[in-house]
Order: sequence, then structure tokens, then C-alpha cells
Amino acid sequence: MTERLVIIGNGMAPGRMLEHLLEIAPNRYQISIFNAEPRVNYDRIMLSPVLSGEKSYEEIVIHGDGWYVANGITLYKGHKVVEIDREAKTVTSEHGAVEPYDKLVIATGSVPFIIPVPGKDLPGVLSYRDLDDVNAMLIAAQSRQKAIVIGGGLLGLEAAAGLKERGMDVTVLHVMPTLMERQLDPAAGYLLQKAIEARGIKVVTRANTKRIVGETRVEGVELDDGTFIPATLVVMAVGIRPNAGLAQQAGLAVNRGIVTDDQMRTSDPDILSLGECAEVGGRVYGLVAPLYQMAKVAAATLAGSDGEQFVHVETPTKLKVTGIDLYSVGDFADGDDREEIVLRDASAGVYKRVILKEDRVIGTVLFGETADGPWFADLQKKQTDISEMRDTLIFGQSFQGGASADPLAAVAALADDAEICGCNGVCKGKIVSTITSKGLTSLDDVRAHTKASASCGTCTGLVEKLMTLTLGDSYNPAAVQPICGCTDLGHDDVRRLIKAKRLKTIPAVMQELEWKTSCGCAKCRPALNYYLVCDWPDEYADDYQSRFINERVHANIQKDGTYSVVPRMWGGMTSSQELRAIADVVDKFQIPAVKVTGGQRIDMLGIRKEDLPAVWADLGKAGFVSGQAYAKGLRTVKTCVGSDWCRFGTQDSTGLGIRIEKFMWGSWTPAKLKLAVSGCPRNCAEATCKDIGVICVDSGFEIHFAGAAGLDIKGTDVLGLVKTEDEALEVIVALTQMYREQARYLERIYKWAKRIGHDEIRRQVLDDVERRKAYFDRFVFSQKFAQVDPWSERVSGKDKHEFRPMANLSFQPAAE
Amino acid sequence: MNWFEIGTVEDIPARGARCVSTPQGKIGVFRTADNRIFAIDDHCPHKGGPLSQGIVHGASVTCPLHNWVFSLETGEAQGADEGSVRTIPVRVVDGRISIGLEPALMAAE
Repeated sequence: MTERLVIIGNGMAPGRMLEHLLEIAPNRYQISIFNAEPRVNYDRIMLSPVLSGEKSYEEIVIHGDGWYVANGITLYKGHKVVEIDREAKTVTSEHGAVEPYDKLVIATGSVPFIIPVPGKDLPGVLSYRDLDDVNAMLIAAQSRQKAIVIGGGLLGLEAAAGLKERGMDVTVLHVMPTLMERQLDPAAGYLLQKAIEARGIKVVTRANTKRIVGETRVEGVELDDGTFIPATLVVMAVGIRPNAGLAQQAGLAVNRGIVTDDQMRTSDPDILSLGECAEVGGRVYGLVAPLYQMAKVAAATLAGSDGEQFVHVETPTKLKVTGIDLYSVGDFADGDDREEIVLRDASAGVYKRVILKEDRVIGTVLFGETADGPWFADLQKKQTDISEMRDTLIFGQSFQGGASADPLAAVAALADDAEICGCNGVCKGKIVSTITSKGLTSLDDVRAHTKASASCGTCTGLVEKLMTLTLGDSYNPAAVQPICGCTDLGHDDVRRLIKAKRLKTIPAVMQELEWKTSCGCAKCRPALNYYLVCDWPDEYADDYQSRFINERVHANIQKDGTYSVVPRMWGGMTSSQELRAIADVVDKFQIPAVKVTGGQRIDMLGIRKEDLPAVWADLGKAGFVSGQAYAKGLRTVKTCVGSDWCRFGTQDSTGLGIRIEKFMWGSWTPAKLKLAVSGCPRNCAEATCKDIGVICVDSGFEIHFAGAAGLDIKGTDVLGLVKTEDEALEVIVALTQMYREQARYLERIYKWAKRIGHDEIRRQVLDDVERRKAYFDRFVFSQKFAQVDPWSERVSGKDKHEFRPMANLSFQPAAE
Repeated sequence: MNWFEIGTVEDIPARGARCVSTPQGKIGVFRTADNRIFAIDDHCPHKGGPLSQGIVHGASVTCPLHNWVFSLETGEAQGADEGSVRTIPVRVVDGRISIGLEPALMAAE
């Protein structure tokens, strides 16, 4: 019979342990996990990028729900374990779930240290440990008021930078004289403080918090010296302590953390512990690299192999604040038996210090330029005698032996056992051999197979260089295609940063995202204009100079510079009165060509630009509005005659099509959007090759999406069946809004859907009713500003300059 | 060279253009983001697209028909495309724009 393994805690350490265990002893255990948080295993190192808006929660998930199902693991989400019964060998959750175990792993992690001052429990005082904290901070940041972060260590500074990015006025209070004093010497701490202050964050050192002030919620912080600093949000990030309470209650040996031997066994041989709660060799750990080492050892112990032992290794520290590079590892205190080599470049903001003892590196602090960090760490780890290169040591690896400063050559020169990924302990040889043996070609593949650069990501550049070295020119590191030559960012990053940084004008986007050109180009400007229109419908002033000519003058330019005009015919229905009006306009303006379009309406071609407002005026009198046949927006809703006339029709397809078109006209979308509604599966409206289509059936409305009949030909997929017209409209609108918010400019629905996954779209706009409603509501809000007929606006005089020449010069020169 | 006053800087939207009809054909008059004024023939050498209808960026314009990009300063096509468009002299005095046309050509009309 398989043994039962129960794990308390679902953080990164037990997650990694399970990956190892499933690899070396796949069927040995029947596994259950209790997670106090109501979610799956995610990358806690990446909480800071989530806070600053550079990543989303979905992007930092390590094991999705599917992983647990695929591996037969029972995951209790939101179940905090309250008791371990070592006699009966069971654990019990606060909701009463009981699981028996043969082996138990305690991975309860750590809890934030809350300084015991008055007011610490006031609403508005948060810690910074998990996604709930981040979400609470994001809500608080919407007020864009003042925030205080207590603690100038790694977490505190990342929190401060994130809150600043979110628009808050942030002050960091730090009790010591310099920031990050445990990882940095005072000189680097000073440079760090300058760099933090340069981002507009205030830093107060030697700040002793006396109390947190507030009646019903936090109003500010009072310091020892009587200073009062107002704030509506206080984040405590002064440190963590191992969460060993449960183990202590169960009678296990607990010191600072849960005491384990070097095979991660606690004082009870059937119970293991790992992660931030474990104390091994008298030390507790908070950085991911040693925790992952524990995971490997624990997996081996559970698999019954005795070989693996936990060994202490110095772990480098890196700060994940974009634009601030710092790296520190080892011991950097002054001492009589130590020497140091220092390089300062004040104008470049560079500081490097290497600490030596008996010609061996024992510590490194780098600020401003950190590329050589892993090299110094490698020298330290291998105890290399550096006396030969002492004079040039501080200049780094590329300087040794006169080698070029070419970063690729520097990576090529690294030894096979040089560590590339500190978080996951992956060396160069392992990455290169895995690329070769498994035939990997993408960064994602390398991450999946080796874990290199899969955690904090700071070594991504090194891994990419290794891929270039191994694969040659066949590897294209630009996995993300930049929007255009004006930026290195891709569409997705730009869209996310527009939201995260609340950028609301094109100049703001270009300034904040460091555009390389002064005012963009014909590729990026229309994209940015669309993203801003979509994201800030009520606040953004549409920039017509960033729109393509067709959208600027609301007609389609033709090869000879004349224009074509297509009025809306709702659902393809028209009348004698409408047709007569069109005939009159054609005669009056001597329009040379009239054509029926594929979208069931009438196109008048060859109209002079100067005539457009007059043409629209006449069409407007007959009740016509713009058909937006020129727009990256809603075009037509094609219909068949449905149950009104057709002997096979099952529903009122014409009525539904008209209803959808009247609801959605005027909306801008990433690319053109064409819809159709067919009254029965014979599909006369050709709904199954449209962006979104509806096939009416007796039992309701089958909603289709992601078809194409242009450059590519592709039948639609079925999104799902709904029973009522109301529901059909809501689903179609929600799908459109999701597409509007997520797709890249000029990306049709079928391409976007392929990227996102049809199941994911179905989950968000069909299954998740609340989410669907939220999308629907955002579309409706946006329509308040979008549903204005552009033709009647221009008949009334808007953008007059567009439709007339600036001057008409005759033969006679004007007076000089 | 004869100078013709055609209007004011304010008549042209920033990062935009207007066209001027002349006996020599249409001329596009452009205003950049930093308020410099340029004039070029309103006729792309590729397929005759009206350049004044394009998107103006930096001191360049992208043709609305097939996305050729021209320098407003030199009239040369940018990037991989080859070709050029005639540039027309411009004078701006107190916000009033004049363009210079050759009398010989005018007489030819």
C-alpha cells in the first residue's frame, strides 16, 4: 500500500520538494497539502513586481490547479492546520479536515515581525508577506495618499518602490544609520539611499518608531524624537521569524526555528521540516537558494535515499527594484586580518568592494554595476587564490587575461561548474548539456527543464547568452518583439505598464517607458492611442494626430486619394426611404461607383475629401450614421432573415443582430471586429468564420468565436450555448471587452485567443459569471463616451481643417 | 522665387498637415511636434499617395497608402525604400507661413 505524505504549507520550498520527489519516487506516496492561503503555489520572490505592476498574479503561479490534479495531489486551499497528533499520526485543519500520515512535512514558513508599539493593530497597518498583503496595498494605493514603510531592508525597499510606482507618496523609516546594513557596507548603503531618494521616496534613518497614531484607522507614525509623519498606510517590513508555533505545540524540538538534522528530519523521525520555519545547523534561512537546497535534501530523505545532506553556502543578495543594481555576498565587516579592494566611480554611481582574507575572496559588495557578481561569488565558493590577478581583480572577469569586454566572451569563458542561477543552484554545464540533449530552443523551455532563471529572473541575460553560445544564430533572444524601433518593450508590457503606472497621455507613456524617439512613429502612436482610449475611456483625450487617416476623417482612403463612405444598415436591413436617400446622394455628388459590401451594406466610392461633410449631411438627414467601415472597431453584424421569414429559422436572428449592433456600435477594438447571427445551423449569415458569431438553435444561442476569413481561413470555435438573448448579448459584450483589454493592437480575435487559450477565455466570460458582468459593465461605461456619431459631429463643424485645403493658390503671386 | 502666404502656424494641427492647391499640383504643409513647418509635394513617388494625410512623427511623415516614410527636411525616403519627393522652401514670420515657388514653373502653367 502506498504511504501517506501530508505537507503543511504550500510555499515555494515544499513545491520544489514535490517536484524532486515526483521525479525520483513517483508513486511512493499518496500526497495531501494544507495551504492556509486560499490559492496554489506561487513565486513569492515576485511579489514586488506584482506590487509595482510589472507582473500579474497569473504570471507568478508556479503550480496551477492542473498540476495538482495531474499528480494526484489533494490540495486543501484555505485550510490552516491547527493540530498535529503525533500519537494517532493525524493532522487537523481549522475547518475540521483530518488527514492521517505516515510521513509529515512541516513547511509553515515565517511570519512577519510586528514591532510591539501602540497602534500596531490599527486598520491600515499591513505586513508584506503574501499576495493578500499585496492586494491590500494595491487597494490602499488607489487613494494615492501618503504611505510609510517601516524597515529599510530588502523587503521594505521593494515595498516602498512598488507603492511609489503605484502613485503613493512614500517615506521609509529605518532604525539603523544606513539602509540594508545586514547586506551592504555603509558606503553602498549610502549610494542605495541616494538612488532610492532619486526616485522620489523619502528616507529617514535612525528612525525609532514610538507609536502608530490613529483613532479608528492609521493617521501617521510618531518617532522617538517627537516627529510626526502623517500616512494612511503603514507597511511593517522589519523582518520575519520562523513560524514554529504548530511544531512547538506538537512537542517537537524548537529553537529559533524547527530544529532539523542535515537531512531535514525533526526530532520526530517521521516528521520533516523545511523552508523558512526550519533551523538546520543552527541557522535559519530566508532567501530562496538555501530553501531550494533543503527541498532537494528533503525529497531525497522522503524517497529513502541517504546521500543528500544540507550544506551551508553563502547566498548573494539582490534587490528587485527596477533600475537599482546591487549585489552582495559573504562577509564584509572590517577586520585586522582582512584586506579590501575598492573601486568608486562617483559620476557613474558605481561602487565595488571585494574583501580578501589570505588571498581568498570572502565577501563582495557591488552597487551600480553587478555583472561580475556571480564571478566574484564563484571565486569565493571555490576558494580561488587570487594573488596572481590581485591588481586587476576589481575590474572584473573580462579584464583578466586581457580578454575583450564582450559579454558573450565572458560567459563563454566561465567554467562548466560556474553557477548561473543562484536561486536554483544551476551551473553552466547543466544548462548547456540540457539545451543540447533535449534540443531546447526557447527560454521558456530552458526554464522548464533546468529551472535556471525561473525564480527571480535576474540571471535571464546570462541564460540567454548561454543559449546564443550553444545554439548559435538559430536562437533569437528577442522573444518579446518590441512594438517598433521606438521602444524595447512589447505590446503586452506596454499595456500592463499603462495600467500599472496610470499613464494617461501619449507623452506620459513615452516619457515613463523611456521611448527612444521624441514623438514615436506611425506604428507605435496608433497602438498607444488605442490602449489609452480603451483603458481610460472617460479621462483620455483621443489624439487624432495619432490615428491612421481613415479613422481621422471617418472614411476609407482609396488608391487615388479619394474616399469611400459606408453608412450603417443595422443588421443589413434597409428600406426604400434609405435607398432613395443613397441614390440622391450618389446623383448629387456624382459618386462614380456604388457597391454592395460583404457586410450587407452599401459602399459609395470615389468621393472627394472636400465633399465628405456635405455627403454626410445628406445621409444624416435620412437617418444614417457612420458604418465605421474604416475603424479598428465594431464593423458589421451580418444577419439572415431568421424566424421572421425563413421556414427553417429557429430564433429572431435579424432582431438579435440589430440589437447587438445598436449596443456595440462606436466601440474601438484592437483590430476590426465583424459579427454575424445565423437563424439556424444552415448558417446563411456565415457566422462560423466571423470574429464572433451566433448560431441560433431551438434550445437557445450557440456563441462562436475566433473565426477568420481573410489572410487566414479558420472556422470558429464554440464558446458555449446560452438560453436567452440577454445572456447572448452579455457574453458577446464581455468577450469583446476582454479582447479590448488584453489583445495587442492590430491583433484579430483569433490570434489573440490562440495566445490566451480558448479555455481561459471560456472560463472568464462564460463560466465566471461575476467576471463576465464586470467585463460587461466596463464595456457599457466605455460606450458612454464612444457612442457619438462621428459624421454628425463633423457636419456640425468638428475638425474643419481636415476637409479643406489650407489655401488655393492661383497664377498670381500674392503681395510679397 | 515668389513667396505666397498660405496661412498661420495655428491653422495646422501639431504633428499634422494641411494641403495647399497650386497650379503645380497639391503641396503638403506639415507642422512637427516642436512647431517646425515643412512643405513637400503632396504626392508619394511610390504610388502617388497623398502624403499630407499621413501620420507625422519627428520630422518625418508616413504615407497613408503603403507606409513609406519620408524625411520632411530632405524629402528622401527613409529605411529600405528608395525615392524622394520635392521639398518646397518655407518662411515663417510672426506665425505666418509663406511657401516659395519658382516663377519659371508658374509661367509654364
